[in-house]
Amino acid sequence: MSGDARMTQMAWQGVARGGDGQPAWSGASAAAIAAESPREDAQAAQAHARQAGDVILDLQNISLSFGGVKALTDISFDVREHEIRAIIGPNGAGKSSMLNVINGVYHPQQGRIVFRGEERRKMHPTEAARQGIARTFQNIALFKGMTVLDNIMTGRNTKFRSGLLANALWWGPARNEETRHRRKVEEVIDFLEIQAIRKTPVGRLPYGLQKRVELARALAAEPSMLLLDEPMAGMNVEEKQDMCRFILDVNHQFGTTIVLIEHDMGVVMDISDRVVVLDYGKKIGDGTPDVVKANPDVIRAYLGAGH
Amino acid sequence: MTFFFEILIGGLLSGLMYSLVALGFVLIYKASGVFNFAQGAMVYFAALAVVGLMDKGLPMWAAVIGAFGVMLVVGISTERFVLRKLVNQPPITLFMATIGLSFFLEGLGPLLFGNEVRPINLGIVDEPIEAILTRFNIVLSKFDLAAAAIAGILVGALALFFQFTKVGRALRAVADDHQAALSLGIPLQHIWAIVWGVAGFVALVAGMLWGSRNGVQFALTLTALKALPVLILGGFTSVPGAIVGGLVIGASEKLAEIYIPPVFQSAFGGNFGGIEGWFPYVFALLFLLVRPEGLFGEKHIDRV
Repeated sequence: MSGDARMTQMAWQGVARGGDGQPAWSGASAAAIAAESPREDAQAAQAHARQAGDVILDLQNISLSFGGVKALTDISFDVREHEIRAIIGPNGAGKSSMLNVINGVYHPQQGRIVFRGEERRKMHPTEAARQGIARTFQNIALFKGMTVLDNIMTGRNTKFRSGLLANALWWGPARNEETRHRRKVEEVIDFLEIQAIRKTPVGRLPYGLQKRVELARALAAEPSMLLLDEPMAGMNVEEKQDMCRFILDVNHQFGTTIVLIEHDMGVVMDISDRVVVLDYGKKIGDGTPDVVKANPDVIRAYLGAGH
Repeated sequence: MTFFFEILIGGLLSGLMYSLVALGFVLIYKASGVFNFAQGAMVYFAALAVVGLMDKGLPMWAAVIGAFGVMLVVGISTERFVLRKLVNQPPITLFMATIGLSFFLEGLGPLLFGNEVRPINLGIVDEPIEAILTRFNIVLSKFDLAAAAIAGILVGALALFFQFTKVGRALRAVADDHQAALSLGIPLQHIWAIVWGVAGFVALVAGMLWGSRNGVQFALTLTALKALPVLILGGFTSVPGAIVGGLVIGASEKLAEIYIPPVFQSAFGGNFGGIEGWFPYVFALLFLLVRPEGLFGEKHIDRV
């Protein structure tokens, strides 16, 4: 337990201290975010929200190829309950493929996936959703024609119990259920501070807000594991700070396990507990941010040989 | 002037029946991006099922329920045996599959339910409403009014269903983004089965209304063709578009039939009747030049 807590603390301090003898991980924005984040509160919350650390997802020797192209080669890593696990790597390293394997979109040709103690056979994304895995997409995949509220309501899909007929007739139980879920969705809306836009069609929202609505839709499912595919891509510093805060809040308040892909190295080192590094579909590093930062293979992948 | 209104109202009412057929197209196109060429065949098949079951001695209500069951089977098996095999194929493949389906249904229907022309008697007579005739001097058919009311109620109910229920939301979600919908645990196959079932139901209602007006015959499949200009006008993805498009096509073809021939006749001589047969298509063609996405359709803007 205490080891876990200290590990997280190291992650925080590692960034706050910046680069002492280590490669400078995209300095400016990282420092800005670290300075702005409510660090004390977060650490206090961590003490109780981040109790357990059992492995809930174990990926063993995963290999995935499309025709002759190898996307992932013999990759193994695990995800512990309540942690923030980052997957990083240069473009085309196989990060999104990895996420799609976890989500059940792609089925690896080799390897075992053990989720909560059970080995997974070919699985479909809908089953992943039912098992409590929610996700966001690299290119925002919201339902553009629908309002923010309706988009988030679709996130509750797996929680609905009433049947088609009751639904069609707008019959008692179905209606009660609808209002109950609506209340839950309002909580998510409050949490992510998007009250003002709830009736707006998402197609009209600016990019940063769309990303936040997509997170809201994923959260509405009350997932135990959240997969975030570049949640901060294309955001400005301010939006990134907000997003970081939301991700940390989700993790601390609900204990949600988070697996995220992110390019902003400052952000990754700042918020994640453990980091796995991919390059050309192979794993080249795995561990706490400090360990990963010191890994010569990782430095080579990012800075090129000869440094 | 009363004559003009009489034509206009008659046109609007018959237009709602076009809307009904168009609605079947819109439902399936919205949810699965398939242009279902077989919609016309489904209308014919549904009407045949009703008269066929009545020929076997069933009372009207039982025949309608039975026909609904038949349409559910048709819809769900289409999803199960045709569409599911073709997931992720290009739209043209799916379109070709629905052409095949339409020939299949047009062949299977007469085989199962007989091919002679039969009437459906809905118990609504096609005669003018007395009160309106004496008061405003306008001929307004009871049948037209009842058919329009049925079509209107159905369209309204479906619009509400889409807007306010979990299933409706899931339908719209699937239509918008398959991958995202799957990640939320929305089962694509269920949704498609529901959509085809609903489209079958709409086809049943349309088939009964058209069948009771013109008799149940092969020509019913051609009513689906009339839905094309309606769709071009209203937009392929819009339920309100199907309604407005139907009204516009219905009214304009009737008005064109009355008012255009005299103009041509005085200019060129000869007979210019039967304009309503082709007028909607010309109208839709001209409309395409001005607004290709339709009145309510989604405009696609590609970022370059």
